[in-house]
Amino acid sequence: MEEKSVLEKIAEANRPVTTGIDGRGIENWVTIYIMGRAYKVPADLTIMQAMEFAGYRFIRSCGCRAGFCGACATIYRKEGDYKLKGVLACQTRVEDGMYLVQIPFAPAEKATYDIDKESYNGAALLKYYPEIARCVSCNTCTKACPQDLKVMEYINAAVRGDFETVVEESFDCIQCGLCAIRCPAEIVHYNLAQLARRMYGKYGLVEEKNVKKRVEEIEGGKYEKEFKKVMGLSPDELKEVYVDQQKTREVY
Amino acid sequence: MGKEMKYIRGYPEYMRESIALVEKTREKRAGKLPPQMTMDGREEVLNLCHPDYAPGGKRAISIGPNEGDIAPNEVVDLLEAWSLIGMDELDLDNIDYDTDILIIGGGLAGTSAALLADDSGVATDRILLTNKLRHGDANSIMAQGGTQAADRPNDSPIIHYIDTLGGGHFTNKPDVVKALVEDAPKVIKWLSELGAIFDRDEGGNFTELSGGGAARKRMHACEDYTGLEELRVLRDEFRNRKIPFLEYSPVIELLTDGDRVTGAVLFNLETGEYKIVRAKAVILATGGLGRLHVRGFPTTNHYGASADGLVIAYRAGAKLRDMDSMQYHPTGAAYPQQIIGLLLTEKLRTSGAQVINGKGEAFVFPLEPRDVEASAIIRECYIRDNGITTPTGMRGVWLDTPLIEIVKGEGYAQSAFPAMVRMFKRFGIDMTEDPVLIFPTLHYQNGGVETDPWGRTNLKGLWVAGEISGGVHGKNRLMGNSTLDCVVFGRRAGTSTAEYINSGEPAGKMTLEHVKRYNKMLKGARIKTDRKSPMILPDYRGKMALARMIDVF
Ligand SMILES: Cc1cc2nc3c(=O)[nH]c(=O)nc-3n(C[C@H](O)[C@H](O)[C@H](O)COP(=O)(O)OP(=O)(O)OC[C@H]3O[C@@H](n4cnc5c(N)ncnc54)[C@H](O)[C@@H]3O)c2cc1C
Ligand code: SF4
Ligand code: SF4
Ligand code: FES
Repeated sequence: MEEKSVLEKIAEANRPVTTGIDGRGIENWVTIYIMGRAYKVPADLTIMQAMEFAGYRFIRSCGCRAGFCGACATIYRKEGDYKLKGVLACQTRVEDGMYLVQIPFAPAEKATYDIDKESYNGAALLKYYPEIARCVSCNTCTKACPQDLKVMEYINAAVRGDFETVVEESFDCIQCGLCAIRCPAEIVHYNLAQLARRMYGKYGLVEEKNVKKRVEEIEGGKYEKEFKKVMGLSPDELKEVYVDQQKTREVY
Repeated sequence: MGKEMKYIRGYPEYMRESIALVEKTREKRAGKLPPQMTMDGREEVLNLCHPDYAPGGKRAISIGPNEGDIAPNEVVDLLEAWSLIGMDELDLDNIDYDTDILIIGGGLAGTSAALLADDSGVATDRILLTNKLRHGDANSIMAQGGTQAADRPNDSPIIHYIDTLGGGHFTNKPDVVKALVEDAPKVIKWLSELGAIFDRDEGGNFTELSGGGAARKRMHACEDYTGLEELRVLRDEFRNRKIPFLEYSPVIELLTDGDRVTGAVLFNLETGEYKIVRAKAVILATGGLGRLHVRGFPTTNHYGASADGLVIAYRAGAKLRDMDSMQYHPTGAAYPQQIIGLLLTEKLRTSGAQVINGKGEAFVFPLEPRDVEASAIIRECYIRDNGITTPTGMRGVWLDTPLIEIVKGEGYAQSAFPAMVRMFKRFGIDMTEDPVLIFPTLHYQNGGVETDPWGRTNLKGLWVAGEISGGVHGKNRLMGNSTLDCVVFGRRAGTSTAEYINSGEPAGKMTLEHVKRYNKMLKGARIKTDRKSPMILPDYRGKMALARMIDVF
């Protein structure tokens, strides 16, 4: 038999990830419950991979598969445990005895506003999301967050009109909705935070001078002549310019 | 592996032995980099190991506008395939949605297009954006590293232009690149004015970093959640304006009057119904194709990155280019199994992380162009045999991430890379203390549907924007030029389609003539296959479950 090429070897090593797992040769298994039904699945998989192994082909509750989009919000409870936990299916390893349900999105209100017409103060946050004033400080949202954000803190900061804290504490929010479906005050934390961040980005920061100047220069036609010149260069001349330019490289 | 393996802080014992070697050389390596490869050295390793160049895996397209062009088998398979719909299956006379501009795909490109079309005088309710999954389940939302724009005083659009051409091996379309670099600062300003928060220094200026192949620091980032921040701001604005949109509704075929694109067929993923859209202008912004797993590689891409737009545009007669060239990102996760293929941003390397083999040696300059870096890692693992094999049989080398804090100071990794630190922590690994195992992963489609600086294609009524397009990056894209490309050409396509609509273009007749024509070509080329396309979603169902599935209901 001919020896396998490098690329064939790579394809073979990746087959479980690229085509689905065949289950042979796997030593460690766990049992999970999807829609109440028990499935035996390999222990080294994420919840998402395990559901696929069990025979599911996702048409919802699956997006980036990498922890960035919030599509795979999943709640589960373990056998014998009273706690209901919220996680991202693509970023959580299966555990024995998980009872799972997925929530492709949380039905939620989003305020409609014209960002150009808002005045930059906390009143705007309360105007669009008055329910934040009803927070009972139970901290459920914080415990529900799969990104480990201090959700209650940013809600409290929003009530105070402290934009900076909202931005800081909510920046890594992937808008999965797990906080909102648990909140007794029915607050939609992630939409509120989105409004606060946009207001801060627009009004709370100084105008960046370099970009403003460069846009003016480009619109004023400053680079036209030079563009004409470089676009007229022969392939060899262009290569030379490129090689010289790479020598002036800024690294760290 | 009969015995139960012992794990220490996330790694099996035998991998720890190699980590100890990495630790031993760390201090000596800090701040010192191995030399860059010579041009000849680069070529040698590319030809040996790069999936684009190494023999096998690709063939000529046998029909259509790009007949004779070479592309990966996985792409050609989808092009040389039948439509998902039978010719007499659809009732095209009952229109479900009648619109002026149909935008297909809501990543950065599609969402930007919608906003600019709305700005440019097209009635808001005459725009429709449709998504395969939710609005935002896209490659855009995962962008970590940043977006390029030449706005610092020591930089200029000219320098950016030359970097982009050089990075693309001078195969890019110059007029499109000019539009890219000239609009770049404008795009950053636009996003900021919409409320996107880019990293700033104490003086309030953008913190900008370098990227592979860029001669100046011009990467604008939002921690390592750049795409998330950009897209969620645009999506919020999109929702504020009440632009009509659909979710879980992939497009499965375009409609044409024979030549001009006049509408599309949607598929309701939830119910299985089809829906007919009539549109005067169609913008395809469906993104890339990582889920084709070209040459068997894992991918960084989202679940719906399956080349749908490319396939249906080709069937309608659109011209493609540079489809022979894929981008493999050098640093995909190779361990643990749960995250294989996921991206570790290039920014880790621009912040000091080095690429180290199993013996603790720095075998490659960490900031070679992506294709070279990826090939060198493959060579180290599979030809020089200096990699580490994981319990599931993957090979990889180390990305020495603890170096970041040695170079940049304590606490830096957590504040600059919260997404990365969080991901590894979820699987028991602290990347600020321990290196992480990497191997190249399929990342980006360099080519695509050929376009001009306004997103126009060779077909009347059809525009493209974003990763689906071809020309701006030539045969290799630079880091940070893609999110930029999406917003720049999304905006331009929005403006350009609006102009077209405002000029009073009437709606056209909707038929599947182009599909009939394509079927004829398939038969004429004697292609015998039962393949159908587009793919819509990949299939990762377990083999044991699949073997017992029956279709009775
Ligand atoms: C992990 C990762 C990190 C990256 N980091 C960076 C970076 O730091 N800097 C940079 O510049 N670039 C980066 N890129 C590349 C860049 O993010 C993408 O190329 C770019 O965002 C693509 O945008 P898009 O709008 O063209 O496509 P996408 O954002 O992928 O959006 C396309 C949308 O179209 C939908 N769609 C697909 N098919 C259909 C259909 N048939 N019908 C309806 N809808 C459909 C998809 O579901 C998706 O929502 C990264 C990419 C990845 C995957
Ligand atoms: S704050 Fe809420 S929506 Fe945001 S990531 Fe946490 S749980 Fe999800
Ligand atoms: S869950 Fe609701 S009520 Fe409880 S702390 Fe969070 S925001 Fe307040
Ligand atoms: S699928 Fe996007 S976060 Fe899990």
